[in-house]
Amino acid sequence: MAISDVTEYMHLTDEQVEELGRELDRIREEVEASRGADDAAYIHRMIKVQRGLAAAGRLTLMLTPHSRKTRVPGAVAGAALLGLAKILENMEIGHNVMHGQWDWMNDPEIHSSNWEWDTAQPAEQWKHSHNYVHHQFTNVLGYDNDIGYGILRMAREQRWNPANLGQPVYNAALATLFQWGVALHDLDIERIRKGEKDPAEMKRQLGQILRKGRNQILKDYVVYPALSGPRWRTTLTANATANLTRNLWSYVIIFCGHFPDGAMHFTEEEIEDETRAEWYLRQILGAANFEGGPLLHILSGNLGFQIEHHLFPDLPSNRYAEISERVKELCATYDIPYTIGPLHKQYGQALRTIMKLSLPNRFTSSDKPPQPPTRPDSVEAPPVDKGRKSDAERPPRRSELGGWSRQQRAS
Amino acid sequence: MTSTIPWERVRQAGSKLTTPLHPDDYLRFINPLWSQRELRGRIEKVVEETEDAATLVIRPGWGWRFDHRPGQYVGIGVQVDGRFQWRSYSISSAPRRSGRHIAITIRAMPEGKLSGHLVSLTPGTIVRLAAPEGDFVLPDPPPARMLFLVGGSGVTPVMAMLRTMDRRGHLGPAGTEVVMHYSSPTEERMIFREELLALEEKHDSFHLHRLHTDTEGMLELAHAERGLDAFCPDWRERETYACGPAPMLDAITEHFEREGLEEQLHLERFTLQLGGEGGEGGTLTFRNSNKTIEADGATTVLEAGEQAGVGMPYGCRMGICHTCTLTLVSGRVRDLRNGDEFDQTNEQVQTCVTAAVGDCTFDI
Repeated sequence: MAISDVTEYMHLTDEQVEELGRELDRIREEVEASRGADDAAYIHRMIKVQRGLAAAGRLTLMLTPHSRKTRVPGAVAGAALLGLAKILENMEIGHNVMHGQWDWMNDPEIHSSNWEWDTAQPAEQWKHSHNYVHHQFTNVLGYDNDIGYGILRMAREQRWNPANLGQPVYNAALATLFQWGVALHDLDIERIRKGEKDPAEMKRQLGQILRKGRNQILKDYVVYPALSGPRWRTTLTANATANLTRNLWSYVIIFCGHFPDGAMHFTEEEIEDETRAEWYLRQILGAANFEGGPLLHILSGNLGFQIEHHLFPDLPSNRYAEISERVKELCATYDIPYTIGPLHKQYGQALRTIMKLSLPNRFTSSDKPPQPPTRPDSVEAPPVDKGRKSDAERPPRRSELGGWSRQQRAS
Repeated sequence: MTSTIPWERVRQAGSKLTTPLHPDDYLRFINPLWSQRELRGRIEKVVEETEDAATLVIRPGWGWRFDHRPGQYVGIGVQVDGRFQWRSYSISSAPRRSGRHIAITIRAMPEGKLSGHLVSLTPGTIVRLAAPEGDFVLPDPPPARMLFLVGGSGVTPVMAMLRTMDRRGHLGPAGTEVVMHYSSPTEERMIFREELLALEEKHDSFHLHRLHTDTEGMLELAHAERGLDAFCPDWRERETYACGPAPMLDAITEHFEREGLEEQLHLERFTLQLGGEGGEGGTLTFRNSNKTIEADGATTVLEAGEQAGVGMPYGCRMGICHTCTLTLVSGRVRDLRNGDEFDQTNEQVQTCVTAAVGDCTFDI
């Protein structure tokens, strides 16, 4: 049973779904063939601006004279520059480079195989938990660990547990400490708790996290404050503020990707024998876009084009805007919903779901678009328990999601 | 300051400020040469040698060691349509430890897109470099008697050897005695013509034999009046270094083999020469890309990977630059140049010159 058989999109015949897949393949081919000097210039410019902002932020904090007049404006400017640099690095540069969006340039300095980003999670673990587990199994209950990250209950199909009552608190904590939440994401704490995790693998992953986390903390909270001399306290506060800003921003953007009401969840049965075209269809139905100007899109790593990003995770992000026009047209032609709204509305819906689902289903109503009566297993399906699949239990990787390989050496 | 702080230690300390990046990732925005993440160089001068050949004088950036051996080649990478393309060229300048520049001489090939691009580079352009490599080098000290057989742009590694011998005083009554044959279509297309003539003028022990093949015909090695025996009667007693187009090198190899003198012959080929037997072919698996393809024994791993849609790294595509090297996780491949086989687990193999012998798995 595949997705096109059980969803409301039964109005599409198998042939139509395959035709949609061919149309999307065609878009991919055209964009791949037209990648060139302008695209390379874009990412080079982005990296230059980002490093300039980072250097400007650090220098502002170190060199602002320690007088009553300049202290506060200096700290605010420094924190803002640094926060902006971290946001750009994580969203538009790091995330996208690690998907392999820029591998075609044949430049080892901007390549998914060795990019390391300015956040606590080691790149290798991110490429596993995100490129593979999240992008391949997008919104499939029990498979996609990003449905609530093992902390929040984000789908009505997930079994309620009294601990879910604390969701508003967990959510606030996750938003504040987002980079550390992400850092621990691939460890699979559930499996460790049950003693099912391979100890060697756990040790390897923990080693990576500790090394990277230590360097990140040293940099922001020891080395730069120390270099600021008497102003160390100001620098430390500003650095913490920059990290917090980045955490909150990336949290909001990421929660707008799959938690607004229009994004659907899928079941294990629906990905059985899934064709490439059906995989495409699931990506469109499982993701949500938000509207905004070019600056907002850059600062959000072009994840406002979440649908396009999920269809083509390894195409350069600067092309998502033009791709979205064509995807929208296709969705209109095939009468497939294309979820989009302003950022505040998308986040508002995600927040509402977090609150509602902290309670058992009987106390709340669903905000999802009405499910079709024909869908046989949408009502009676047993709730999905917590816990994750190991890689051995998953279908093998698709290649277009970005590279994933284990590092041979410890970095 | 009485003691110097080791440079590497400073860089190590600096990386605490820039982690997870390296200080070089920032410094290169101040000066593009201040990075050794990837070796870089700046084109300082472009010297027109002939109407289709130019010498690029390059100032390498951080991390470059001026310790290449005369005759070696370097990889040069430039972005064309956003993508780095690599080729290898012999260094034509003599190595100098105190040096600040290297020179490579490039002939724009009629069908060579990249060589045409390279000769039209302007001073100030930043290029990527790959460290010097190659076994076609001048022995130190040089043998007492040498013979160079050169065709066209094959002169570049030999020029580095001659310049080195000239500078070190090896070309002299007490040093090496050199005969050089240089085939070129016309006089005008002969790269380094004037410099070679000046060398001949300067040293009694350097003899230049020029052949303009458009008017005088190709070099016929075995010919009694126009062949080796004519312009270098004692060639059998010389260490011979040959570099030039593939047909010329094939003829030279054949000639030396006939005389049983292949031990004395040293060659530099700049095209992929498929001398060895092909593999048997098999199923190639690209592990991380989750792609497989059937390939026959004549298809290189690189070509097979590209057909399968894997983003294979590549450079020269002729077994020189090592850009294409991948880890062979399991299976066996054969080097199409010489038939060498590689089958160790996790062995590094050059995909552009190897083909599968049975099923193989690669780590990409």
